[in-house]
Formats: sequence, structure tokens, C-alpha cells
Amino acid sequence: MVDVRGVSRTFHRGRTPVPVLKGLSLQMEKGEFLALMGPSGSGKSTLLNLIAGLDRPTGGEVIVGGSEIHLLSERKLAGWRSRNVGFVFQFSNLLGALSAERNVAVPLLLTSFSARERRRRVDIALEIVGLSERGKHRPRELSGGEQQRVGIARALVNDPMLLVCDEPTGDLDRTTSAEILDLLVALNRDHGKTILMVTHDPVAAERASRTLHLEDGRLAEGGDDGTVAVPVHEPAGAAV
Amino acid sequence: MRLGSFIRQCQAVTRYNLETIWERRAVSVVAIFGIAGVVGVMVAVLSMAAGFRAVVTGQARDDVAVVLRSGATGASDSILNHQDIQVLWEAPGVARGPDGPLVSPELFVIIDRKKIGAGTDANVPLRGVEAAGFALREQFEIVEGRNFEPGRNEVIVGDGAAGAFEGLQVGDRIDVGRASWEVVGRFTNGGGVAESEIWTDNRILQQMYQRGNSWNIALVRLREAEAFEGFEAALTDDPRVSLGAERQTTHMAAQSEPIEAFISVVGWIIVVMMSAGAVFAALNTMYAAVSSRSREIATLRALGFSRLPVVVSVMIESLVFGLIGAAAGGAASWFLFDGFRAATINWASFSQVAFAFQVTPELLVQGTTLALVIGAIGGFLPAVGAARRSVVGALREQ
Repeated sequence: MVDVRGVSRTFHRGRTPVPVLKGLSLQMEKGEFLALMGPSGSGKSTLLNLIAGLDRPTGGEVIVGGSEIHLLSERKLAGWRSRNVGFVFQFSNLLGALSAERNVAVPLLLTSFSARERRRRVDIALEIVGLSERGKHRPRELSGGEQQRVGIARALVNDPMLLVCDEPTGDLDRTTSAEILDLLVALNRDHGKTILMVTHDPVAAERASRTLHLEDGRLAEGGDDGTVAVPVHEPAGAAV
Repeated sequence: MRLGSFIRQCQAVTRYNLETIWERRAVSVVAIFGIAGVVGVMVAVLSMAAGFRAVVTGQARDDVAVVLRSGATGASDSILNHQDIQVLWEAPGVARGPDGPLVSPELFVIIDRKKIGAGTDANVPLRGVEAAGFALREQFEIVEGRNFEPGRNEVIVGDGAAGAFEGLQVGDRIDVGRASWEVVGRFTNGGGVAESEIWTDNRILQQMYQRGNSWNIALVRLREAEAFEGFEAALTDDPRVSLGAERQTTHMAAQSEPIEAFISVVGWIIVVMMSAGAVFAALNTMYAAVSSRSREIATLRALGFSRLPVVVSVMIESLVFGLIGAAAGGAASWFLFDGFRAATINWASFSQVAFAFQVTPELLVQGTTLALVIGAIGGFLPAVGAARRSVVGALREQ
């Protein structure tokens, strides 16, 4: 489902080019839960951003769900993201003035769903993350773990083909992290969600069906040759 | 982007921005206060010009001609003799009343009076009128006391003059040169410039100022406004006289123009300088507003929102600040200045004109327009900056 071919990404610090990804290739199957690990500056977040359509490569190809997203204009890329990618951020990035259910509904504003359908999807997404009773609460009235669950519900509500998680447990304590990882595993196993997760945490990476390590803009082991690990969890159908 | 999606995105981001204004109230108030200040000053200053214009030109009519000595620009540098007035009586197009032609020859002198509050001397017009003068001014009304009796040293005082200068209440006496005049009445004239004057009997004033049988100015009521051209041509073509005529509306507009222009120019200079400050306040506010939400804006863009709705929403927020500022500034100037009475010198006659500030709907519209311009300028750069910001970079901010 994800096919990254010889991708490079170079940033510029002043006039000095700083290559972050150096001709990296990887593939990901539908229903896979893939963890990307590596030291700071290794390029894992840059790779996640390219696959999620938040950034475009300097060279190479990024094909997700059959779309050559490296060729899309910025406007079309925004539309593609809204339909195909669910984002889970490290700090949940909820809109502070909105209730949990209104936060979850934000991606649906980009669709043509009726108000009733939007309401239905929000209810289902909140139910999946176990926060049906907390929909009226604002983010500051929720714990860190609950905020991250709302962030996951927001990522799910459009039923995207790919869930990208950038350090989803990086701001949480060990117990809460475990709960969030349990939820991601359940989404992968029970709802068939394809998940790409960047993490520093080996414990988190262990919950994924496959882990790739990046070093200095390249895959450190496996993956470079296109091999794909078999998912540990069997997908069981769409979420919402 | 489809229009429906664009509108939904704009609504969503704008609604969110507006819902969070209260959380940013401290910095928002700075922008609103700055814009309100500009609008308040602009409306206040221009309401002075509007009030002055209304007083000077408000009672002017197209079917009334002002006749002066040819080449004169106002009553103070004009002189008319008896033959001039006879020519006016016989001129074509002149309306007639029960007592004959509606021609009002008037003598116009300046006396000193102390301004109430300031205590400094100011020039007050003392006008000699006769029966035709009252017939020409249909809104003339004695509101206190009585009219002067011809042949006696009595004066009546305009309502504006009575409120602006000392010693002009009914029962007071005015000493001018060797003469002493009794104030026997107070009058109004529909709010016009005449209310800034003192009136007395033409003959008495001529004697007092040794003017013989001469006047400074004549007002002539025409049968209809269209009769003016024929009336003016007759005066110009008559070899016995050297007179010039203008419609009263034209004459009074020219009288009002110098001071009105001065107030407007000075006012706009102040407004432009204040506007620059308000623009910087708005810029600062909107940069702070955008900065405080940079991660939220980046999140929305990551979720698929486009740049343009972000620009539109920030602009709308800034324009809302402009509207609130306009409402506050306009309301403040209306409460503080509408109807505020003042007197200033009319450079055309070198005499004081009492007037009331007028906060008109047109001025409030102008103030609102200015506020929206300030809001638009103040919001544009932050809006573009927010939209151009790297999503990935903004998402990393804590």
C-alpha cells in the first residue's frame, strides 16, 4: 500500500544543503503496523511526513494507495491527506476551545457528509477510543491519555486508509502509553487499520508488527531491499 | 477546491478563531482600542466640520440671491447705496410680499464680546435688518422676550450667540461706543448661521455707525430658483450699478469652505498619523494571535485544510476587531460630541459662528470604512504569514 522508492530529502540551512534522507526505499502492506525507530536526526519523522503527504521529496517517488503523491500539487495533496490519512501527533494537537466531539468532527468539515452522518461518525470514533461519555469536555478538562485518545478518534473519523503516528506516546507516562499502544494495536488488529508509527521508545516499537531502524537517512537493517514483514495481527475490517 | 468545501473550511477556521478571541483578550483589546481611538478622533473632528457646514449652509436657499458690491467677497468688504437697492426692487424675477419686493438690505458690523468660558474677546456680527429681512427668513422665531422695536436702541440675540458670549441674555445691556443697547429678545432661525448674530433696526445701526443711507449686503427672494440667471444678467447689464449676485447656496458654501477645509485637513492629518499607530497595533495583535495558534493552524492544515481558508479566517478576525473598534469609537464620539456646542471664527466674515458638532450617519460609515481598512492591513501580513508557514515546522512547536 505504501511504496517509497529511492527517496531523498534535503533541507537547507542558509545556503548549506543538509541531506536528511538519502535514497531510501521501503514498502508497507495494507493492514500492517510498522514502527520507525532511530536516533534524533536520522530522518524518521521526515520519512513519515513524506508518506503522510505533509512534505514532498527532493528526489524519488512516494506512492500511497496507488497515488503518486510526490507529483501532487500542494492543494491536491491537502485534499488527498484529508481523504486518506489520519494523524496522531505527539501532543495530541487538539483545538483547545473546542469540545472533544467537535475536535473529532474537524476532519469531517472537509467532507460533504450530512450533519447526521457526521454526528454518527463522531459517536462511533469516540466509542472506539472509549470516550463516549467525555464528548462534551474540552481538552483542558481531559487527562493526557484522554486527550491522545481524542486525537486518535479524530484520526479515525474519516476512515482513512493510513494512520500515521508521530511519537504518539512521547508525552505520556508509562501506564498511559501502554493504554494508547493497546488502542493502536486494537485498531490494527480489530479494525484493519494500516499504521505507521515513529517512536523513540523500544517498548512502543515492540507492539508493532514490524520495526525499521533509520540511521543517517537510510534504513539500518531490512526494508532497503523491499522485504515486508507479515503482520502480527490479522486485520478484521474497516473501523467506521 | 470546491466552493462548498472552501466555505465550510472558512467557516470552521473562522468560527474557531472567533471562539478563542476571549482567551487572547488582552492583546485583542490593544488592537480594538487603537482602532476605536482612530475612529473616535476621526468622527469627532469631522463632526465639527459637518456641524459648521450645517450651520453656515443649512438655511441657504437656491431661490434667494445674495447681492454685494461687484468684486466683494463678503459683507465686510461690500457697500450698497440707495440706488443699488432701487435697482434690486425693479429687477426681473424678484418675489413680492404684502409690503412690496422681498429685498432685504442689511448693514453688517462687528462688535467685541467675551466668549463664555474662554473670557477672551471675539468678533460677533451685529446685523441691521428691516421688515423684509424677517419675511425672507421663514424659520425666524422669537423664543424668549420680544422683537426689537424699530427706531429704538434694542437688539435681539441669536440662540447660538446667547449661549456662546457673555452679556447677551434678555435684559442685558450692550455698550458699543457711545451707545447702549438693550437685549429684548432671543431668536432662532432653523439652526442657521443667523443664530450666531445680534440683530437690530437697520436705521438705528446706520446712524450709530454713521453709514448714512448705505448697507453692506442685500438678500433677494426670487419668484423661483430658475429666475436667478435673468436676475443676475439684469444686474450685470445695468450701467447704473456695479453689483454682483450669487445664489445663497453658492455664497454660503464658499463662506463655509475655508474653515471646513482647514478642519478636515488638520483632522485627516491627525487621523492618518493615528491610523499608522493603529495599523501597527493591529499587526502586532494579529501576529500574536497567529503565533499563539501556529500549531493549531498547522494541525488544521495537516488534516487537509487549505491555505486560503486560513488567510480568510485571519483576515475576518482582524476585520471583526476593526468592526468592534469602529462601533466603540463611533459610539464614544457620538455620546461625547454629538450636539456639543462650540464657536469658531468664520474666516470669510471674521466673525464667530456658533455651531454644534454633528455626528452624522455618513461620518459613522466613513469611520467604519477606515476601521475595516486598518483591520484589513493589520490582518493581511499575519494571515499570509500563517498560511505560508511550514506545516511540519509548526507541528514541532510545543
